[in-house]
Amino acid sequence: MRYSGFRIIKEALTGHRGWGPAWREPEPKAHYDIIVIGGGGHGLATAHYLASVYQQKSVAVLEKGWIGGGNVGRNTTIIRSNYLLDGNEPFYEFSLKLWEGLEQDLNYNAMVSQRGIINLIHSDAQRDAFTRRGNAMILNGADAELLDEAAVRREYPYLNFRDARFPIKGGLAQRRGGTVRHDAVAWGFARAADSRGVDIIQNCEVTGFRIQDGTCTGVETSRGFIGATKVGCAVAGSSGRLMAHADMRLPIESHVLQAFVSEGLKPILPGVITFGAGHFYVSQSDKGGLVFGGDIDGYNSYAQRGNLPVVEDVCEGGMAIMPMIGRARLLRMWGGIMDMSMDGSPIIDRTHIDGLYFNGGWCYGGFKATPASGYTFAHLLATDTPHHVATAYRFDRFRTGHMIDEKGVGNQPNLH
Amino acid sequence: MRIECPICGSRERREFYYQGADGMIARPDPDAGGEVWHAYLHLRDNPAGETRDLWYHEGGCGAWIVVTRNTVTHEVLGTRLASDAREAAS
Repeated sequence: MRYSGFRIIKEALTGHRGWGPAWREPEPKAHYDIIVIGGGGHGLATAHYLASVYQQKSVAVLEKGWIGGGNVGRNTTIIRSNYLLDGNEPFYEFSLKLWEGLEQDLNYNAMVSQRGIINLIHSDAQRDAFTRRGNAMILNGADAELLDEAAVRREYPYLNFRDARFPIKGGLAQRRGGTVRHDAVAWGFARAADSRGVDIIQNCEVTGFRIQDGTCTGVETSRGFIGATKVGCAVAGSSGRLMAHADMRLPIESHVLQAFVSEGLKPILPGVITFGAGHFYVSQSDKGGLVFGGDIDGYNSYAQRGNLPVVEDVCEGGMAIMPMIGRARLLRMWGGIMDMSMDGSPIIDRTHIDGLYFNGGWCYGGFKATPASGYTFAHLLATDTPHHVATAYRFDRFRTGHMIDEKGVGNQPNLH
Repeated sequence: MRIECPICGSRERREFYYQGADGMIARPDPDAGGEVWHAYLHLRDNPAGETRDLWYHEGGCGAWIVVTRNTVTHEVLGTRLASDAREAAS
């Protein structure tokens, strides 16, 4: 069924009896050409592009719980392509372009809102660094705009421009950045993939890989063995746990990142503000809640909840940059588990096992990457060659010293 | 989360800096070769459940501590000085 304005009117006049489920609930078949493990944003996007762009007819997505129940439903919904390094910026700009056409491609309202993002500048050194980053973005076909203090003040007059430690001196704006309704991304990709014949199998946990003579021939699951010619893993947050079944140690640690939503308020924040110097960023959802977050807690964790010191740190950051936030009450807070890689950048690559492919290491930046991650992982699975915007995301870059370290902090995952 | 410093006693997590898995103690021989060093520097077990990692009591006595901890529940199961752990391993 195609969704449209006409369809809404028709259903309204006929008692909304014709909608039906947005995807099927198929039983697993004995064998698929390609199995994607993980029914989150990246796995479902991979399945969608496998079916639509790469014409694959036999694809399944296996999800241990329900689709969209992991990090795609636990993030702060921001999209942007404001990276510096050559290995990253073309990939994220490709992703932002896919976001711009996503709703037409999926025939699904994902509420893509290009409301703009501003990274605040507090010093001459930071202005130099952001000027360089803006130039790198423009060279890679993205948009960037350097703002002086007066320009930031015009848009956000209530920020704390005269803070003693971090006075606001300007900002780097990306007008095409913004927010997306995160759950709708999972549902939209699922519906589009399902309509092209992809089997989305929920409540099906992968408990092992069947590997014979260095070749992966399928997966053991809580619903029995399922054979596959190729298996792609897209379970960021749980990558360590899953790949341990293939006896792989990864250049990844799992860390918990917390996020927060205030009570609903009248519209006050038109775009996204990031206060990198104080580890705080904030936007406002269409329901009115201020959505904000800060740093990861900083120690290995698989618990989807954090500790109070980081809550205090994030709230201090908010009070420092936007003092009026102190009058808002916190409604919800939660934690999600991040694949923190050794250089802060992701991995999309083959493994040393034939037929087994890996997508992970997204740190806390996986949501914005969802369409490009799916597209390039689908390209790798279908063609056995890396997509040209994802050639740097190799497993062996750590061994060979080709790290993609945006922050330049080295192989210390909790600092990225 | 509170951590039992073997020297100072039970202290708040905020006093400690987190370094990573306790495998960092077993530094390979300088001539061990590229693969061994790659594994030491970059690859992690990253278990869901019981783990041992290195914390530095920077807001206290300055001791390096091996903390046995559950990554799923955040329960701290035990601590010992890193110097003791290294002696026990050698």
